[in-house]
Parts: sequence; C-alpha cells; structure tokens
Amino acid sequence: MSTGTVFMPTRHYLNDGYGIRSWLLTRDHKRIALLYLAAVTLFFFVGGAFAVLIRLELATPAGDFVSDETYNKLFTMHGVMMVFFFLIPSIPATLGNFLVPIMIGAKDLALPKLNLASWYIYILGGLFTLYALIAGGVDTGWTFYTPFSTVSSTTNVIPTALGIFITGFSSILTGLNFIVTIHRMRAPGMTWFRMPLFLWSMYATSLIMVLGTPVLAITILLVAVERLFHFGFFDPRLGGDPVLFQHLFWFYSHPAVYIMVLPSMGVVSELVAAFCRKQVFGYGFVAFASVAIAVLGFLVWGHHMFVAGQSVYSALIFSALSFLVAIPSAVKVFNWTATMYKGSVSWQTPMLYAIGFIGLFTIGGLTGLFLASVGLDVHVTDTYFIIAHFHYIMVGGTLMGYLGGLHYWWPKISGRLYNEFLAKLSAGIIFLGFNLTFFPQFILGYLGMPRRYHAYPPEFQVLNVLSSAGASILGVGYLIPMLYLMWSLRYGKLAGSNPWGAVGLEWTTTSPPPTENFAEPPVVTWDAYDYEAQVTVES
Amino acid sequence: MSRSLRTDLSKDEAGADMWTGFPLFPDSASTMAGRVDALYFFLIAVSAFFSVLIAGLIVFYAVKYRRRSPDSVGASYHGGMALELTWTVIPFFITIVIFVWGASVFFAMSRPPDETLNIYVVGKQWMWKFQHLDGQREINELHVPVGRPVKLIMTSEDVIHDVFVPAFRVKADVLPGRYTHIWFQPTKPGRYHLFCAEYCGTRHSGMVGEVVVMDPSEYQTWLSGGAPEGSLASAGARLFQDLACNTCHRPDAQGRGPVLEGLFGKTVTLQSGETITVDEAYVRESILNPSAKVTAGFQPIMPTFQGLVTEEQLLELVEYVKSLKSLPPVQTR
Amino acid sequence: MADVTHHPALAHQFDSLAQQSEATTLGMWVFLVTEVLFFGGLFATYAIYRSWYPDAFAAASHELDVTLGAINTVVLITSSLTMALAVHAAQLGQRRVLMMFLVVTMILGAAFLGIKSVEYYRKFIEHHIPGPSFEFEKAHARHAQIFFSLYFVMTGLHAVHMVIGIGIMLVMLWLAWRGTITDEYYSPIEISGLYWHFVDIVWIFLFPLLYLIGRHAH
Repeated sequence: MSTGTVFMPTRHYLNDGYGIRSWLLTRDHKRIALLYLAAVTLFFFVGGAFAVLIRLELATPAGDFVSDETYNKLFTMHGVMMVFFFLIPSIPATLGNFLVPIMIGAKDLALPKLNLASWYIYILGGLFTLYALIAGGVDTGWTFYTPFSTVSSTTNVIPTALGIFITGFSSILTGLNFIVTIHRMRAPGMTWFRMPLFLWSMYATSLIMVLGTPVLAITILLVAVERLFHFGFFDPRLGGDPVLFQHLFWFYSHPAVYIMVLPSMGVVSELVAAFCRKQVFGYGFVAFASVAIAVLGFLVWGHHMFVAGQSVYSALIFSALSFLVAIPSAVKVFNWTATMYKGSVSWQTPMLYAIGFIGLFTIGGLTGLFLASVGLDVHVTDTYFIIAHFHYIMVGGTLMGYLGGLHYWWPKISGRLYNEFLAKLSAGIIFLGFNLTFFPQFILGYLGMPRRYHAYPPEFQVLNVLSSAGASILGVGYLIPMLYLMWSLRYGKLAGSNPWGAVGLEWTTTSPPPTENFAEPPVVTWDAYDYEAQVTVES
Repeated sequence: MSRSLRTDLSKDEAGADMWTGFPLFPDSASTMAGRVDALYFFLIAVSAFFSVLIAGLIVFYAVKYRRRSPDSVGASYHGGMALELTWTVIPFFITIVIFVWGASVFFAMSRPPDETLNIYVVGKQWMWKFQHLDGQREINELHVPVGRPVKLIMTSEDVIHDVFVPAFRVKADVLPGRYTHIWFQPTKPGRYHLFCAEYCGTRHSGMVGEVVVMDPSEYQTWLSGGAPEGSLASAGARLFQDLACNTCHRPDAQGRGPVLEGLFGKTVTLQSGETITVDEAYVRESILNPSAKVTAGFQPIMPTFQGLVTEEQLLELVEYVKSLKSLPPVQTR
Repeated sequence: MADVTHHPALAHQFDSLAQQSEATTLGMWVFLVTEVLFFGGLFATYAIYRSWYPDAFAAASHELDVTLGAINTVVLITSSLTMALAVHAAQLGQRRVLMMFLVVTMILGAAFLGIKSVEYYRKFIEHHIPGPSFEFEKAHARHAQIFFSLYFVMTGLHAVHMVIGIGIMLVMLWLAWRGTITDEYYSPIEISGLYWHFVDIVWIFLFPLLYLIGRHAH
C-alpha cells in the first residue's frame, strides 16, 4: 500500500510562530503536548535518579550508603515523582493531548485555554514538590499514611501535599477536556464505534481522572489541615481513625493505577493494529473492557488494606471484586494476541515495545491474582512482592507502552525518523534490564523482605545485587532513546505523512501536521483499522 | 532476656553473610505455612501456564506471520463471539477457584482456635514490647513454645506498625487506639525473623526482632525465669485499687458500676439496645471512653482515664478483668 | 470555507455557536461532578464519624446558631433565584436587567459570607475552634472536636467556593457591561449559573447535617 510522498510541509505547527511567547502562550494542543513532554521527561529523570540511589543502597545489606532518614526520603520522593508527576500525566497529557483532536478529526480540543491552564497548574504543583525536595525532602512514603504523616513526621509534608493537590487539578482538567471533546467534537461520520481504541482508552481514563482525583484532593487537604491545625480526623489521640485515611486515600489511588495503565493499553491497541496491518480482534470487546476496567476499578480499593484491620467480610468482598477486575484485562491480552494471527507482523521498534508490554503486563497482571487472594496476600503484602507486581505493570506495562507510542508517533510529531537500529537496541536493553531488576524482587518478597527497608538481613543480598545490576542496565536503556530522539529532530530522515503504512486519521495529514490539523476537515466513512479497504495493489 | 538492637545487619550473630545462606524460599514453621504455600504454588502454575501460552503465541505469530513485503496487510478477521466468550468465561471460573481457596485460607487465619496462649504486643517507634501473661517482658524477642496456638493481641503507642513473621506466613497491622490480633501455631523450634511491615518512620527497618520457638520443656524453664513484678493480672489488680476502680465496680453489686466478676466473654445489652461481647477491645474502650457503650441499667457517670493510663497499664487492667471469675450468688437479705 | 456570519465569540475549534455552547455546558457539568466527589469525601467522613459518635455530634450541633444558619439558607436560595433571573434576562438580551441581577446575586453572596464570619467569630469566643484552646462538656469533648473540625472544613471549603463564585460573577458583570453577552451568546451566564446553583445545593445539604441534628437532644 502506498505510504505517500515523503516531504516536510512548509508550514506546520512547529514553525507556526517562533519565540518563547508562542510556546508559553500557545493554545495549540500539539504544542501543549510537547510542553508536557518536556516536563514529564524531566520529572521522570528526577524520579529515576532517586531509584538509582535506592538500588545503590540496597546492593549491600547494611545501611551504609545513605542514612536511614535520607533513604526514607528517597523512596518517598521516587514514588511521588513517578506516580503523580510522570505516570499519571505521561500518556494522557503528551500523546493524548497531541492525538485526541487529530484522531477524531477536530481542529483542537474543546477547551484549549483550559488545556494550557492545566499545564501551568501541573508546573505549579511540580514547583511546590521540587521545593519540598530542595528544602530537605519528605519521608512519609508516597502513601502518606496517618498518623505518621499528620503527627509524627518532621519533614516537608505540607509543601509536598500542596504540590500533589495542585497537580491533581491538572489531571482533572485534562480529563474534563477529553470527555467534552470526545462527546462533542467528533468529525462527521466518526461514530463512537468507529473511533480508534486509543480514544476509548482515553475516554475511560478521563472518567477515572474526573471521578477519582477529587477524592484524593480532599484527603490530602484533610491531612494538611490535621497537620497544621491539629483537627482530629485521623489521629486516634484526638478521636480520629487512622484507617479512615487509608479508605479515602485508596479510593482514589487504586483507580489511579488504571489511569496509569489504560492509556498504555490504548497505545498497544494502536500499535498492534498498525504493525499487523489488521483490525484489532474483538474491537467492541476491547472498547468495553476499557470502560469495565474504569468502573470496576472504583470498587476494589480495600485490597490494599487486607491486613489493615478491616472486617473479614469486607476483605472478602474486595477480594472477589479484585478478581473480577482482572477479567477485562485478560480479555484485552487475548484479543491483542489474536490480532497477530494472520497479521502482517512488522518487527519495527514500536511493535517490539507492544510485544514487550503484552508479555510483561501479563506477568504483572497475573501476580495481581496472587494479591487478590486474601490468604496469600497476608503473607506478601508490604513486601517486595508488591513492589515487583506494580513495577511490572507500571514499568513493564505503562512505560513500555509509552515508549512504543512515542516511537510510533514520533514521525508524526516531528516529521522525522529516528535511528531504527539504536531504537531496537534500546528496547532490548530495557527489556533485559527490567526483568533482571524486578523478577528477583518477587522471590525476595515471598522470602519476607519488607518494603521500605533501608537495611536488611544478609541472606537477602544476592537477590538484591541482581536487582541493582538490572537497574543499572535499565538506566542505560532509558538514556539512549533521549539521545537518538533528540538527534533525529535535526538530522533524522524525513518521515512523510505515513511512514508506517498505517490506517488512522492522523496518518492522512502531513508530518508534522498543520496547526489546524487538517487541510480540509475530514468526513469519516470507514471503520477504525480498515486495512482491508485500504489495500490498493497487493492481493 | 532482652538484647540490644543490632545495627549492623551485614552479618548475623553466627557471622554469616551473603554467601553463607542464599535462600530462595522461606522457612515453613507454622501450621498455616503449608496452606499458604500450596495456594502460592497453584498460582505459580496458573501464571506460568498463561504466561508461556501468551508469550509463546506472540513469538510464534511474530515469526510465522512476519511481514514479507512492505505493502502487505493482514487478513481480515473481525472477531468471534464464541472465542470471546470462551476466554472470558474460563478465566472467570479460574478466578472463582482461586478466590474460594484464598478465602478459606484467610478464614483459617482470621479465626484463632478457642484455646490460645495469649501474649500482648505493644509497638512503638522503633521497638517491640512483648508482655507475657505471667509478667515476663521482652523487647524485640518473643519466646513461644512449639506446637501450641499463640495469639498476639497488639496495639501501638504512636503510629501504625505491623507484625510480620515470614516463616509463619502471618501479618497484621498494629494500630494506635485499637487492638488487632494474629494467631499462629509454630511447628519447628528455631529463630525466625520478625519484621515491622508498615512504614513507621526513620528506623522502620531497624524495628526487627526474632521469634524464638522452643521445645515445651525449654519454654517452661525459660518461663520460670520469672518476672519480678508478677503476672499482668496481678499488676492489674494493684492498678484497679490505685485508680479506685473498686469503689464503683464492686463484687457485691452495690456499686454504681457493673459487676466485673465473670463478665469477660459474656454478652451484655447496652443502653442503646444493642448487644455486645465483652472482649479486650470493649474493656479497653470502656476505660478510655466510658460513655460510648454504657451497659443497660447504668448511668453514664464513669470518668474517662484517657491520658491517665499507658497502653501497658491498659493491658494489665484487661488481664485483671479477664481473671475475675464469677462469685457464688450473693445471699440477699 | 469560512462562515460568512462568523460570530465574534465563536472559538476557532468549533463549527457553530451551538456546538460551542453545548461543549462548554458539558464541561461545566463534568466539573460539577468533580465537585460532588470533592465534597463527597467530606460527607463520607462526616457520615462515618456521626454514626460512631451520635451523641457527641448532636451535642455539638446544638451549639451552632440555627437562626443564623436558617437566614443564610434563605439568603442563598434567594441568590439562586436572582441568578436564574439573570440567566433569563441574558437569554432575552436584557443587558441592564442582567447586570442588576448579577449585582444582587453578588450582594446576597457577600451577605452569606458576612453572616458566616459572625458565626465563626462566635465559635471563636466560645472556644469551639478545634485545637489546644478547645473547650466542651467533658463527656463529649473528644468527639465534639471532630464535629467542629468537620464543621470548619466543610463550611470553610464551601465559603471558598462562594468567594470564587462571587469572582466569577464579577467577570460575568464585566462581560455583560462590555456587551459581549447577547441573546445569541449567553452561555457564559448559563454556565456560571450552574456553578452558583451547585454551591447553593451544597449548602442545602450542609445546613441540616451540621445545624439540625441536635434539635431533640437532651
């Protein structure tokens, strides 16, 4: 099939206005996506630096690299940076912002000024948190459990809490914008069931952002109020209940993990379709699975609290619901696999990341079953088993999907191609480094090594050393793409409008696209991933 | 016999370091361990099956259907209801099996047997205090006999902690302001790690100890090492007098408060009409917050002792109340 | 293919004023849903603590001034009426009437905040502000403190929303004064009205839950 003539348009969104004001005051969703890209990448490397220090400390059993106070701040800040400032905004605010209007055939999001405001709010929240970091850090864990965070910790809890509170609004506004855009701005002929699956996953994610984040906001507000004014919501000495905090916190923070993984699943659907040149198997099921995950995700928060002192019966209800939420994810994995059957499977880098996602997310998700079964969770909760589980999903899953999407849409965003050999090499390094880092942690967890431990018994060392070695490899793997992607901006080959031969509205416009996205507003008459209809000569 | 905290964990007491022991699986030292491990192995099998299946298929398809010419597209398949239902329903049933199995293990963990050796635990930043009923006090080390069910009744003096003994496969958060409990029956003498498993501040990873499981005869010897202060219950009796509890709680039912003899373990009716079982939590709450659950027929006039008693003194009072047996019926005039 | 009668208020990403108005209205509804969840966390906390400590809550609630609370309720409901009348005026293109109703709404909002400040001040002198200076009858002191903590956070958060609402009204007033609001383009007023009504409804829930639960106590 024809991939179009390869050229760079003379006017496009990147050269439509120069100077810092045209970027900092832009309303173009594509430029805002790049503003976010720069910011989330920065926070990723800050959070990553903390991870490096953590793994360095854990290479030896004794607490000899940093003091225990410092270590506690390292894992707290690693969690805060990664969860709130990288994982949650990563795909929605970068790829989502860039692609949602283009994929539905619109000129921009419904509320562009709000979109820019959301970036500024994100930056403001980030500044508060960076201030907390510079002022000495915070040591409560990213989970802020009370009464430690409200009564006992002597570190910068309030600035951090404020930073997260503010950034939460960025999340809410992004979700709000996507919901309104998808409802009201679809091009003529773009029905719900003709939308690419990435949009379904953005929609489901936005539902969670909009419904869950406010509860986190009020919870954090209560923590700050209790800490400042000694109101007794969570402090038993004042009549409060510390477990109430956990319920309120996890009510958001469990759905939050679906904010982190659903967008990545959406990317994987796009990658699998494009790199097998085939309709995603079971499109309707995958679309509904996204919504099902979003809804069910709100009902399982208690599985973080099986040993926290809740009643046996409520634990069992949360356990049953947690098993239920695994089913739609399994359905997606099966559908992606089935899509590859009789596909025209390319081994280009984005597909490698997609395959990596499917494999690693499957393992991570299956270990979720271990945690949903209460009798087993009692043993492994609060250990490295949990850490391994969520890193398989967040890093093996979300991050790989993010990198895959970045590589897939890089030509559209920049108009250039990156170096394929280096890209494949990095993907391989990341895959190997990741497994070496986190697989030993499952074993460590079952052995009983608790999490958030600065020093540990010597018999755990060999596994920790393996994990730290993996981390150093993983770090290298993440640095290389930074280099070749930046290099490609100047020196990469021109991509043309459709370098992958993929089907989708974004591939019908130039690379990079014009500011209004399309020369003519599109009218849609075909289903998503209609590769069949696009066949020209090849039989 | 207490011991000072070990701060250098790179070598243990026997001088072992990372190369001397390199376990890949924890010790199994309690009656629950086998049950938990069985469920674990089943889940490993299920996970291995599906992981290998998916990974295998993906790699197989990636190779078999690899793109052979730059313009080729995939075959046209839109999906199949039969397949979708199959791979929804089968995983659903598998999850039901796992759920039921996990639930049954959890029930067993949550229901201590009727007769347990009770030991009180008070966690505080960053140490564990164990109180045996006959007065033995231990710090960071807990001696228990093999082959008997042991119940730990736990509370915290400050923030949330967690008692975790990997070899027993037990864990529970230790909360301020409340009692929580775990139970276990050790099956093998030995020394086993005890960890705090809920992040609690600076020295969280130093809040570790050991459970020392002994043969019954050795345990008896150890116990008879004795505690100078006497049993928890006798300390509680002294407190009961010192705090003047005995002025209102009299065995002859002439006091303004309910008779406590024989009360522990019974069901009482409250003023609100609900019934409640008199357990450790109720006794503790009635001392700290007496007007919360007043017994029917009595006035809410008991003063609160919040701030006047420590957690350890509360344990002593609870044990004292437990020890008060019913008296023979009083002859009325 | 530019629309010849391109309305000055039509943003470039929309095809028509109707689409723009529908989108922005949907946006405000979604935002209000987030506010429901935001306050919802507080209401859930209130529900839990009240179910545990009903007597303390009743005793504490008894100490709030029902008269002032009721007056404030009437003030807010009236302000919702004037807001609705403002929207109506906007739909009819009646610029002066619109401006008048916006001003009256703002005045009522300010009156609400003024009465609230009087209540807060009273709580201060009665030592009902949680913290080291808190005083209450011994039997219920600990849990009454939780009631008052919730009282201040819930009404305080509500008051912050009122202040923001008054700010929004100022902006609407300015838009109306400039002539931007016409009978063709009045969605900003409608959307602001939605927000104002929401803040009012939150108070309708706060009032009975905070002020009216101790009426039969003792």
